This record gives sequence, C-alpha cells and structure tokens, in this order.
Amino acid sequence: MAVQDLRHKTRDTDVRLRRDGRGDPLVFLHGAGGWPAWGPFFAKLAGKHGVLIPEHPGFGRSDHPAWLRNVPDVAMYYLDFLEALDGPNVHLIGHSLGGWIAAEIAVRNTTRIRSLTLIAPAGVRVKGLTCGDNFIWSREESARNLVYDQSFAEQELARVPSDEEADIELTNRFMATKLGWEPRWFNPALEPWLHRIGVPTLVLWGRDDKLFPSAYAKAWAARISDVRVDIIPECGHRPQIEKADVTADKILAFIGGQR
Amino acid sequence: MKFTFFHLMPYRPLDMVERHKHRGAWVVLPNTLYDPKKGADEYQSYIDQLVYAEELGFDIIGVNEHHQTAYGLMPAPNLIASALIARTKKAKIAILGRALPLVSNPVYIAEEFAMLDNLSRGRLITGFVRGIGNEYHASGINPFFSHERYQEAHDLIVAAWTRPGPFSFEGTHYNLRYVNLWPRPYQQPHPPIWIPSMGSSETIKWAAAPERRYPFLVTFSGRELVARYLNMYREQAKQYGYEASGDQLGWAVPLYVADTDERARAEAKAGIESLFNDFLAVPWEMLLPPGYMSLTSMKNTMKMRKALGTRARMTMEELVDNGTAVVGSPKTVRGQIERLRDATGANNLITMLQFGVLSDELTRRNMEMFAAEVMPHLR
Repeated sequence: MAVQDLRHKTRDTDVRLRRDGRGDPLVFLHGAGGWPAWGPFFAKLAGKHGVLIPEHPGFGRSDHPAWLRNVPDVAMYYLDFLEALDGPNVHLIGHSLGGWIAAEIAVRNTTRIRSLTLIAPAGVRVKGLTCGDNFIWSREESARNLVYDQSFAEQELARVPSDEEADIELTNRFMATKLGWEPRWFNPALEPWLHRIGVPTLVLWGRDDKLFPSAYAKAWAARISDVRVDIIPECGHRPQIEKADVTADKILAFIGGQR
Repeated sequence: MKFTFFHLMPYRPLDMVERHKHRGAWVVLPNTLYDPKKGADEYQSYIDQLVYAEELGFDIIGVNEHHQTAYGLMPAPNLIASALIARTKKAKIAILGRALPLVSNPVYIAEEFAMLDNLSRGRLITGFVRGIGNEYHASGINPFFSHERYQEAHDLIVAAWTRPGPFSFEGTHYNLRYVNLWPRPYQQPHPPIWIPSMGSSETIKWAAAPERRYPFLVTFSGRELVARYLNMYREQAKQYGYEASGDQLGWAVPLYVADTDERARAEAKAGIESLFNDFLAVPWEMLLPPGYMSLTSMKNTMKMRKALGTRARMTMEELVDNGTAVVGSPKTVRGQIERLRDATGANNLITMLQFGVLSDELTRRNMEMFAAEVMPHLR
C-alpha cells in the first residue's frame, strides 16, 4: 500500500488526511508546525498499523470552521471524527499541540480509544518550569531550539520553501497563535481532569526539549493512573523526527503490550 | 491646517550598546537599564515641552500608549494627559491612542476618557488603536483576536458614551451586565475619535464609513505611501457617497527645522537615526505576531519583506529622501508639507518635534522655529 493523501469530511468540516499501512488503526495528531511529511517514523508504524494523519481544522489546507476558537473545540471535532471512523478503536498519538488535543479528547471520552501516546505534549503548565517562547523566536532560533542534533537544524535552514509551502507555514502560524498564545500553550481546565484518561498512556519526551522542558513529564505522570514515562536522551522537542526509529520502537512496544 | 505637537517620550539615556545586545528596545530589554532618577527628569522635560507647545500656538498636544519599552515611557498616557490638562488652558489634548484590545474591560477606557473630557471641559481628542504588534507580546493578549476585540471594544466604548445607562453589553470577548458611565463625557455626543494607522485597507474602509467618519492619521510611512493611504480614504469616502473633509485626514511625521538645510540635517541626524534604528526597530516576529494583520495583508507584507531583503541601519538621508522624516530649512519644510497637503487635502499635521535622542535644547529650538517660520504660513 502506498501513502495516500485524501480529503475527509466529518460533519461540516473537511480536512486533509494522509494514510498508509494495514492493521489496528493508529491516529497521529500533529503539532503546531503542521501536517507532517511522511518519513521513517510513520513508515515504521505503518509496517504494523493502519496510520491515519489528519490535518487539524484551520491548519494548512483543511477547512477553518467558524466554531473553531480553541483547543477544546478541536477536541470536540475529533470526538466526532473518531466516532464516524469505520473499523476498530484506535491508538491515539499526539505530538506537542497534538498531544494537548489528544489529552483533551481522552478526558472527555475514550470509547473509541485503545491507548494514548503523548509526545512532548502541550496543554499543562507547571509553575516555575519556564518554557521557550516559540512566538518570539526567529526562524533560525526555532530551527535550532527545537532539536538537539543541529544537523537537523542545518537541514531545515537550508530548505527554501515554495510559495505554496510558505503560504501553508503562515496559515499554520496563525492557527498556532489562535490556539496557543494565551494562556501560553495550556488550558487550566485540563490538568484537574487528567485522571479521567482511563486508557493505558505512554508519555514520551526528549530530554533536551527547549520548548517544553522534559521535567513536565512528571506532572502528566502524577495525574494519569495507567501511565508509563520514557525520556529519550540527546533529543529535542521532535523525537519522532530526531529519533524516528527509537520513538517508533517505543510506541510499537507500548501498543504491542496492550493487545 | 491644524497643528499637533505629539510626543512619544523616549528614554534618551538608554545605553545603546546594551540595547543592541537584545532583540529590541521592547518587551525583552531588561528594565535594569532604566534609571528612575534620569527617567523622572525625562518626564519633567517632556511635560514641559508639551505645555510649551500650547504657548507657541499649537492647536493640539498629543501623547500615546506603549508598553514595556524604552521607545516610549507612557504605558498609561491618560496620566500624562491629566497633568497636561492641569497646566494648559486652550490646547486640545489628544491621546493617539489607547490600545483597545489590550484591556480586559474596555469600559475602563470609556470611563477614563470621560473623566479627562470633564476635567478639561471638552478639550479631549481620543485615539483608538490596536497597539503595535510588540504590545501583544507584552500584554499576553492573543493577536489572533486583535481585530475582533478592537471592533467590539470600540462598539462598547461608543455605546457607553452615548446610550443611556444602565444597559447590558452582549459580545464575544466582552460581556457586561451593567454598563452605566459616571461621569458621562463632556462633549456631545462624545469626544472625537481619531484613528492613527499604518494604513491597512480594512482600517481605512472602517474609519471612513459614513456613520463614523473618523479622522485617519498615517504614521511612519514614506511620502508616497502617506499620499496613497490618505487618497484611499478620500476615495473610500466618495464610494460611500460623501466628500472627506481635510479635517478627516492627518499625517504624523518626525520633523526638524533649522535655518539651513545643512544645519537641520546635522542637528537632526542622531535623533532621527536613533528613533528608527535603536528605539523602533524590532524583528518581525515581535512587530507582526500572527493574526495581528489579516492573512492576506501578512502575505503581502512578507513578500515585500522578501523583496527588500535584510535591512541595514537606516540613515537619516534615506529617511528624509523618501519623506518618512521631514528635515530642512523653513522653506524646505513648508514646501514638503504643502506638497503633501495639495496632493491629499490633509488638514491635520501631527508633528514629532522631539524624536529619539534629540536633546531638550534642540527640541525647543525646533519647536520655536517651526512655530515661527512654518506654522503661520500654513494656517
């Protein structure tokens, strides 16, 4: 099976959807950077699972519905999305903003969710642990601060986006702002309800994350009952890119253990 | 023409070497670089200059709001306005303006303006702005909702000034069970509202609407852009079916006049260059946070920025040549103002006669020469 890019409509909102692989379905919710390119991380997951990567409403070329004001709205949309999905229940994975969305979904309803993987999730704030300010960072600072291995940053900085890509990046920055500016990258009404996540949960974090410090993992672990925490060394905010193999292996082992 | 003496109140003793170790003179510039004793002197000098402007015959004296910056020491411009009311008699007092989206309850802005209007017995001119992009980093307010909050805050303030209270306000960002202003404004139906702007077409369309006809001021733009924006406003008014009056059109500009062009340029250089390069300049991530302007406007700006490339330090010569600043002999300065007036019909000139590090002595000489050699010829 080859990677397919489709459009997928739930109620009034049409989003882009990238899919590949066969097996128990796995839904990946992307971060504020936008709809991820297919890469080794997804290829590895798709060896064992049907991988679905929706592009969030408001991002890139997905619809931007008028009702979308905040992250809980996105979570409600995904509850509709999951409910309308054919086939068995899903393993839900979210990175950064996507992790926040995944957690908001899971505190509301886990009927369609078999397991939850949160990679460096936003959504919770720990007082005294200062986060990076991605809204003030320049393009170069962002590229450098989001990874540990600077060769990834060099690659990113050498890339010259096409007009289409630049347009999408700007749209994504607008959405990231809409959802994450204030309160900065968290919802005070999320943390008190994390105990409602009733499915096995894996929290993954790059030890050298300069956006959300890996010490945040403790706060998540303290509130979720069935939780495993794994900190990946020599790794920044995007483990699925910087440590694609290791991250995919950890997720596959976790999901495999849930069968 | 009507003349405004407008002040930003920059912190002139700023250590510029330290300043350039940071992204800008805004938000992240450590406030340990502020010396309260020197700052107090700055306030005193600047308030004296504003009071002196009335004596020299300026029609209006103006201040504005900026936060967490050495660029302007007026996070609360109404406090300065209050001091000016006590020390002046005739001049109108303009606050150009308050940044509406930054407050959690815009009724406070309506109340304070109403107080100032009463205290001055109707000498108040208000300005409604969204604040520079940096302000959204300083306040934490989400720039994505800046336009929405501005519109809604505007509607709420005007309603608070004009509708009999108490009434309820039902909005998206602001929801108030009771709106009931004590005091009501002195001027009826309400104090004038001016719209200082960098010139977005959305703002022009909104300000020129027949039910508003708000005077529109273009700030920090070269002469071609100033003329283009002011004429866009006139054109928009025509489309609405009326002719914009000169009082609806204004130009805000740093200006320096001395007896010869050479002398004016020599004396203004450090002040002008520090205003644009040291005090105002910030990276675009600070100046234009996402959502601060519409996606379409932002795309156009990004394209322009790409075409311009990375900008080096701007020189006074360059700023004077493109008309962003007006510097020269009385004849030169008169000529430039007349040209813009004739090209646009603008009747409001908002002068910035103190800018950047320009000293008290040069500022006063500038003010005196402008009042004696330029103003009377353009009345």
